[in-house]
Amino acid sequence: MQEKTFTITSETGIHARPATQLVNKAGQFASDVNLEYNGKSVNLKSIMGVMSLGVGQGAEVTIKVDGSDEEEAMQAIEEVVKEGLGE
Amino acid sequence: MTTTIEGIAASRGYAIAEAFILEAPDTSFHKTKVEDPEAEKSRFQKAVTSAKQELEAIKAKTLKEQGEENAEIFSAHLLVLEDPELLDAVYAKVTEETMNAEAALTEVSDMYVTMFEGMDNEYMKERASDIRDVSTRVLHHLLGVTHTSLQDIATETIVFAEDLTPSDTAQLNRDYTLGFVTNIGGRTSHSAIMARSLELPAVVGTKEATTRVQHGDQVIVDGFEGIVIINPDENQLREYEKKQKAFEAQKAEWEKLVNESSVTADGKHVELAANIGTPEDMTGVQSHGAEGIGLYRTEFLYMGRNELPDEEEQFNAYRSVVEPMNGKPVVIRTLDIGGDKELPYLDLPEEMNPFLGYRAIRLCLEETDMFRVQLRALLRASAYGNLKIMFPMVATLEEFREAKALLDEERQKLKSEGTDVSDDIEVGIMVEIPATAVHADIFAKEVDFFSIGTNDLIQYTLAVDRMSEKVSHLYQPYHPAVLRLVQQVITAAHNEGKWAGMCGEMAGEETAIPLLLGLGLDEFSMSATSVLPARSLIRSLSVEKMERLAAEALRKSTAEEVAELVREKVTSDE
Repeated sequence: MQEKTFTITSETGIHARPATQLVNKAGQFASDVNLEYNGKSVNLKSIMGVMSLGVGQGAEVTIKVDGSDEEEAMQAIEEVVKEGLGE
Repeated sequence: MTTTIEGIAASRGYAIAEAFILEAPDTSFHKTKVEDPEAEKSRFQKAVTSAKQELEAIKAKTLKEQGEENAEIFSAHLLVLEDPELLDAVYAKVTEETMNAEAALTEVSDMYVTMFEGMDNEYMKERASDIRDVSTRVLHHLLGVTHTSLQDIATETIVFAEDLTPSDTAQLNRDYTLGFVTNIGGRTSHSAIMARSLELPAVVGTKEATTRVQHGDQVIVDGFEGIVIINPDENQLREYEKKQKAFEAQKAEWEKLVNESSVTADGKHVELAANIGTPEDMTGVQSHGAEGIGLYRTEFLYMGRNELPDEEEQFNAYRSVVEPMNGKPVVIRTLDIGGDKELPYLDLPEEMNPFLGYRAIRLCLEETDMFRVQLRALLRASAYGNLKIMFPMVATLEEFREAKALLDEERQKLKSEGTDVSDDIEVGIMVEIPATAVHADIFAKEVDFFSIGTNDLIQYTLAVDRMSEKVSHLYQPYHPAVLRLVQQVITAAHNEGKWAGMCGEMAGEETAIPLLLGLGLDEFSMSATSVLPARSLIRSLSVEKMERLAAEALRKSTAEEVAELVREKVTSDE
C-alpha cells in the first residue's frame, strides 16, 4: 500500500475542477484509492464522496492507494495534486 | 380556432412560425417492490447509459460553441453518473430492498442533496442542484418521458415557456429560434433583455400563453404591440407578412445610419451610446454604430463562478472594451451586486427587501479589499482609452466621497509603482435613488457626471416592485413625477457645467426620446440594437419643439396624458 500526506494550498480547497480531475485520474487505475481528512475516509473515485468532505484551504489530507497498480496510481495522483491543489 | 393573447412587448420585430413549448415533463412515480431485482438493476444501468450519451453530446456541443469553461459543468454531471458510491447505493436498494429503480435513485440522490445543502458553504449548496439535475435526467429515461431542451430544436420555432432562465437562453438554438413568449416577466426581466440582445421578437408576461398553445400550432409574435396570435386566419397571416417585410425594409434604412452622427433636425448633437454586459457585446456595439458605451455592467465578470476575478483578469476585460473604442467614451460601472443579483461565494446575508438592502456601493464600501482590486484594474485600463468610472446606488454624498477617496489612494499607489494611469478620468454616479435626484444640485458640485438609471429610479420613486405582476401597472416611466426628477438631475448637471446621461431602458424608448431631448439630456445609453432606430428618430426631431413638448409634459396629471401628448405631437408630425 502507498500512502502520502499533502497540504491543500488552493484557495478554494478541493472543489469543482480540481476535484473532477482527481476523481478522473483515480478512476483510471484498478487499485483502491482513498482520501482521508478529518478522521473520515472516502473513495477517491467518487466525486460525491470527495466533495462531501468539504476540504478547505490549509487542510492536511492523506491519500492511500492499495492494489496492483498502486505505484503508478500514486504517482499520477500526486501530479494532479501538485498541479493546482497543494504540496 | 384563432386565439389572441396580450402580453408585454419585450423586443421588437415580428415572427411567424410553429410553437415549441418548453416544459418540465411529469416525473411522478410510485414506490413499489420489484419481482426481478437483477432486471431492475439493468433497467437502471440502461437509463444511466442513455443519460450519459445525452450529456456527452451536450458537452461536445457546448465545448464547440461556448468554450471549455461552460462545458465543465457537464463533465461534473458525467462524473456523478459514474460515481461508484452513488451507483452502489442505488444497486443496494434495488437488490437488497427490491425497490424500483425510480424510488432507489430518488432516495439516494435526495440523501446527497440534503447533505450538500446542509453544508456551510455556498459553493457546495449550489452543487446540490447539479445532483438534482443529473438524477432528474436519469429519471426521465427510466420513465420514458422526453426532456425538452432548447438545444434540440431543429425546425423554425417560437419558444413558449413559463420563463426563460439564463441557462435556457444559453442553450437556445439561434438558427431555429425565431422568437419567444413567456408567461411571466416584464420589460426588464432577464428574458426580455436577452431577447433584445439576440434581436429576437418577444412577448413576455402573458400569464397563460403556455396553456393556450399546443405544440406545432402556427403562431404570430408581434414584439411591437405585445400580441401573440395562435392559429391566425389567412387575413392575419397576410397582414403580418406585410408588416414583417416593411420592418425588414425599415431595418435596412436604419443600417444606412451606422456611420452618421446623431444630430437633431435643428443641429444639436447628442451622444447615442450602448449598454454592455461583457466584452463579447462589443461586436454589437460596433455593428450598430454606437458613439460610446454608456454603461458597462461589470457584475457579469463576477457571476457564474466560484471565486472573485483577480486584478489581471478584470484589467484585461476592461482594456478589451476601452481600447477598441478608440478614444470614444466608455462608462464602466463598478460592481452592482445584491438586490436580484447574487454571488454565492460572497455569502451575502438574506434580506427581507434586497432592493433596499446591502448592495452595490454599500457592499463595496464594506468589502474594500474586493473593491480596491476592481478600482486598480479600472485605473490601469484607463491608460488605454477614454474610460470613465461610475458608482452605482449612491444615496449620500459621503458614499461618493468615500469611494472617490479609495480610488485616489489606489491611483497614488499605482503611480508610485510606476504604472501608467490616465490623469483625467471622469468619476460620476448613477442616479437611481430619488434622494440623489432631489439632491442633484449639491452632488453636481463634486461629481463629473450623472447617469440616470431609470429601471431602479422608477421602481423607487413609485415604490413598485417591477417584478410583481399585481402592481406592474404602477411601473410608469412617464409618470410626471419621474420626468420631474429627470429634469432636476439634468438641470443640476448643466448648472455646474457637467453632463447628464441615461442608461436605463427608457433612454431607448420611442416615446421617451422626444421628452428627454427636450429636457436637455446629453447622452442616451441603450441596448445596442436600439441605437439606429433612436438615431433615425433624433435626426427627425427639433430640440426647440421638444423643449416645448417637455415643458408641457411636466405639467400633465398622469402618465397616460404624457404618452398621449407625445403620440399626438411627435407621431403626427412625422
